Amino acid sequence: MSYLEYNLASVPVGFRKILSLNWPIIFLLTAISGVGFVMLYSVSGGVIERWSQPQMQRFFIGMIGLLVVAMVPIWFWRNMSFLAYCIAVLFLIAVEFVGVAGMGAQRWIDLGFIRLQPSEIMKIGLVLVLAAYYDWLPLERTSRPLWVLFPIILILVPVLLILRQPDLGTSLLLIMGGGAIMFLAGVHWAYFATVIGSSFGVIVAVFQSRDTAWQLLKNYQYTRIDTFLDPDSDPLGAGYHITQAKIALGSGGWTGRGFMQGTQSQLNFLPEKHTDFIFTTLSEEFGFVGSISLLGLYTLVVVFCITSAFGNKDRFSALLTLGIGITFFLFFAVNIAMVTGLAPVVGVPLPLVSYGGSAMLIILLGFGLMQSAHVHRPRPKQK
Amino acid sequence: MKHNINEILKSSQQLSRRTLLVAGFQVGIIAALGARMRFLQVKEAEKYRLLAEENRINVRLLPPARGIMLDREGRAIAENVPNYRVIMVREDTSDVEAVLSKLQQLIFIESKDLEKAHKELGQRSAFVPVTITENITWEDFAKVAANSPALPGILTEVGLSRTYPQKENLAHVIGYVGPVSDYYLDRTQDRDPLLQIPRFQVGKTGVEAQMEQSLRGSAGHQRIEVNAVGRVMRELERAEGEQGATIKLTINSKIQNFVLARMDGLSASAVVIDCESGDLLAVGSSPSFDPNLFVRGISTNDYSGLRNDIFGPLRAKAVQGTYAPASTFKMMTALAALEDGVLSAEDTFFCPGHFEISNNRFHCWKRRGHGTMNVADSIIQSCDVFFYEVGQKVGIDKISAMARRFGLGEHHDLPLSAVSRGVAPTREWKKKSFGKDWLLGDTVNASIGQGYVLASPLQLAVMAARLGTGRALQPRLIQSINDEQMALGAGAPLDVDPEHLAVVQKAMFGVSNSKVGTAFSKRIISQDLRMSGKTGTAQIRRITAEERATGVIRNEDLPWKKRDHALFVDYAPHDNPKVAVAVVVEHGGGGSSVAAPIARDITLFALTGKMPDLDHYPAEVRKQIRSDQKNLAPKLIDWNSVSTSGQSKT
Repeated sequence: MSYLEYNLASVPVGFRKILSLNWPIIFLLTAISGVGFVMLYSVSGGVIERWSQPQMQRFFIGMIGLLVVAMVPIWFWRNMSFLAYCIAVLFLIAVEFVGVAGMGAQRWIDLGFIRLQPSEIMKIGLVLVLAAYYDWLPLERTSRPLWVLFPIILILVPVLLILRQPDLGTSLLLIMGGGAIMFLAGVHWAYFATVIGSSFGVIVAVFQSRDTAWQLLKNYQYTRIDTFLDPDSDPLGAGYHITQAKIALGSGGWTGRGFMQGTQSQLNFLPEKHTDFIFTTLSEEFGFVGSISLLGLYTLVVVFCITSAFGNKDRFSALLTLGIGITFFLFFAVNIAMVTGLAPVVGVPLPLVSYGGSAMLIILLGFGLMQSAHVHRPRPKQK
Repeated sequence: MKHNINEILKSSQQLSRRTLLVAGFQVGIIAALGARMRFLQVKEAEKYRLLAEENRINVRLLPPARGIMLDREGRAIAENVPNYRVIMVREDTSDVEAVLSKLQQLIFIESKDLEKAHKELGQRSAFVPVTITENITWEDFAKVAANSPALPGILTEVGLSRTYPQKENLAHVIGYVGPVSDYYLDRTQDRDPLLQIPRFQVGKTGVEAQMEQSLRGSAGHQRIEVNAVGRVMRELERAEGEQGATIKLTINSKIQNFVLARMDGLSASAVVIDCESGDLLAVGSSPSFDPNLFVRGISTNDYSGLRNDIFGPLRAKAVQGTYAPASTFKMMTALAALEDGVLSAEDTFFCPGHFEISNNRFHCWKRRGHGTMNVADSIIQSCDVFFYEVGQKVGIDKISAMARRFGLGEHHDLPLSAVSRGVAPTREWKKKSFGKDWLLGDTVNASIGQGYVLASPLQLAVMAARLGTGRALQPRLIQSINDEQMALGAGAPLDVDPEHLAVVQKAMFGVSNSKVGTAFSKRIISQDLRMSGKTGTAQIRRITAEERATGVIRNEDLPWKKRDHALFVDYAPHDNPKVAVAVVVEHGGGGSSVAAPIARDITLFALTGKMPDLDHYPAEVRKQIRSDQKNLAPKLIDWNSVSTSGQSKT
C-alpha cells in the first residue's frame, strides 16, 4: 500500500504528532549518547571542554533536527529522496576538489560553519533513494535484471567515490546496507547467492594463485592483505593498535577498573581512544557489565526499528525504517567487531559515542526520518 | 499508482519474511559480539590485566651512594660530592637554540659538551631530560637556577660524583672509578642490575676495584607509572638503596704525603709498615697522578702525557714493581747459612776484592777488598765476597726457603691491583721457567740479591719488619669496614733461632750506627729513635772486564735507564721496632747515598709524626737538612684545607 491510499485524515496532526513519536527510540538514542559524553569525559582526562561539551552541543542540535524532520510528513521526504541522493553525490565529487585532508584521507568539506563529511550524508541518502525506488517500482519488476541493475548503480556510484578518499570501511558498509535493502525489498535470492558466491570465488582464486605462475596480485599487495587480515604479523604497526585494544578490553574484567581508572586509555596506550576505539575505554573502565549493557542498548534500537517497521502501512516507510536500523546496526557491529579483534581495523566509528560532529548529526537526522514515518502513519481515530 | 489487494498482501508478507531473516542474522552477529566480549573480559581477564600492568609499570633502579674511604685518622680519602648539572627538556621550550645561546651567555659551556647535547636532543624524545653540562661550580649552578624563568626547558639537578680530596696523594692505593665498560660487562660474573645503568661508576683499579662489592652498596628501586610513550606519570613506590660500606684504611695520609713529597722528582717508591699491627702506614709511588682526572673522563692529552712519562706515574711501583733486592738480601743468605750450621757468627773469610769459581771471576763492590770479615762485618760493610763463599756453601734452595719465610717471593694478599709476587728462585723454579739447570754462578749472584732474585718494595718492607720483630708480620691495608675491625697482622714468632736473628739485627744496627757501616752518615743520633738498616745497590748492567780494567764508569755518567737502583730497608727504633721502611729509587745510584737519606727522613717522620727535628740528625748534616726541609715544606698538603669535608661526612 502506498501512502497515497492512506486515509490522510487518520494521520495525526498538530500536538498529536509529538505524542505519536516513537519515544523509546528517542530515549535509547539519548542514553547511548549519554554513555558517549561520559566516556569522552573520561578519555579527555577530566577536561569536559575537550570532547564532551562539543559532543553535547552537537547532540542538542541533532535532537532538534530530529524533531523537525519528524514533524515534516513522510511523503515530503519521499519526494525529496532522489534530490537528497543527488546532492550527496555532488558533495562526494566536491570533496575530490576542495576536500580537507584528515587522518591521511580526504573526507571533509569545509562549509565555513560546519565541517561536513559527505560520506556520512550518503549513508542516509542511499537508504532514502533505495526505499523510494522500491516504493515506486511495481512489485513484479523487482527481480528483473534491468531493474536490479539500476539500484546497483545507485549503490556503486557513491561507493567508488568514497573508495577514492580512501575510506574502505564506509564503502563496505554502504554496499552491505544497500544490499540489505535490496534483499528486504524482495530481490530474488539468486542474485545475492551469485554475488556472494562469486566474491568468495574471487577471494579464493586470489589466495590460491599466490606463489604460482598465474599469481593475480603483486607480492607487496599480498603482504598488505596479510597485515590487514592478521595485524599480529605487524606488531609495531597495525598490530600495535589491536593488541593494546584487546589488553584494554580484557583487563576490564567483569566490572571494570572504575571510571577514569583505565590505565590503557588514561596513559595513552590506546590509539584513537576518543574516536574509533572509544568502546575499549568503556570496556576497560566498566568491564563486561558495561560493554554488554551498551551492546544491549544498541540492540534495543534495532529491535524498536524493526517493530516500528512492521507497524508502517506503506512500503517506503517500512524500507526506510529498516534501512536506518540496518545502517545503525552495521556501524556498531563492525566497530565492536573491529576493536575486539574479530574484524580487521577499517576505521568505522561507534555511532553516537565516538567523537565526531557529522556522524552524530546524520544519525540523529536519519532517526528523524524514521520518526517521521512512525508519526505519519494512519492510525485509528481516537474517540 | 494503484496496486491490487493481492499484490499488497504479497509484498507485505515478503517484507515480513525477509525482515525476520535479516533480524535473525543481526541477532546472530550480536550474540557473537557478546560472546567475544565475555571471552576477552571474563575468561581471559587475568591475562590481559597482567599485560596492562606490564604496560603501565616500569621499575627503575636508584643508584646507591658509593661507600666512602677514610685514612686511619679519619681523613677523607674518597668521598662523594654533589655534581651540579644543567639539563634540558626539549618539549618545555619552543626554541632550543635561543635558550641554549642564552644559557651560554650566562655560563661557559665546553663546545664538546654542547655538541654532545645537541646530538642527544635531536635523538631523544622531547620529554627526555638531556644533560647539557655537568660538574659545574656552585656559582654557575646558582646563576642558572636564578635565571630559570628566562630559560624555559632548562633545569638544574644535583647528583653525586666521586672525588678524591687528597688528589695525587693516594692515587696508587685507592685507584679510581669510571663508567662501567661493555668489555667489563661481557667478562664479569657480576649480575648486579646496577651495572646496567648508563654511566654507572665502578672501581677501575686499586682499592676502589678490589673492594668494589663493599663500596658499591645495594640498589634502591622506584616503581613508576609510565604512559605509552614512556613519560613518567607518577611514582608508585620508592625504596632507597643502601649506601656502600665506609672503608677505613690503615694508611696515614700525613705520612703518605711526606713519603711522596720526599721522593718528589724521582722515580721511586717507599713502603712504611707499623711493626706492631702490620698496618701499612704509607705505600707511595712517585711520581703520582690525580685520580680525579679519570673520574671526569681524562683528556687524550693528559692520558698520553701520563703514559709516555718514562718515570711511569701510572705504575704502582711500591707493590707492582720488582727489583733485584741486591745487598738488602744479604740478611737472608746470612740467616740461611747460620740456621743451616755451615756458618757460625765467628767464622771469617778473607775478601781480596774478587771471588773465582769455575773460571768465572765475581767482584766485590770494593775493588781492593775488605780483608778478613765475619758475618756481622760483612753485613755492616756489605762485603760481597763473604756472601759468595757462604751462598755457595749453603745452596740456593735453603736461601730461597729463608727468603720466603720473610715474605720474599710470597704473595701478600692486599686489596690492591697487580700485587707482585717477586721471585725467590730455586733449582726447580729455574728448570720450570727457563728449562735450564741451575748453575753455581746463579747461586753466587743470588746470594747477594742479584740474578734471579726479585722483590717489590712492599716485600722488602715486610722483610725488614719481620727482621726487626722476629714475627711473621702480615701487611694489612684495611682497618675496618663499616666500623667492623679487620684482623691484625701482628703474626706468630718466626721459626728462626733468636740468637741467629740477633746476630743479623746487631749487624743491621751496625750498618747505620758503626763508623764503618755503609749508612753511618745517614744515621739517627737520638738514642730512642736509632735505626737498624741495610743499603742495597742493584746493578742492572753487566760490567765487562775491559771496563773494570780502565775503571768502572760512574753512575752519573751513564744514561738514566742504565743507572743502578738504589735501595734501603730499615726498622726503628732498633731495640723496639715501631716502623719498618723500604725505599727503592729507580736508577737512583747508590743505596747509601740516595735511598738511605730518604728512608731515614721517612722513618723519622713516621716515628715523630711531624717534620723531623734537626736534633735527630748528626751535627755535620744539620745545615744541609735544614735547607732540604725548607724546600720540602711547600710540597706538603695543608691539612686544614682538605680534611674538613671528610670529617663532617663521618
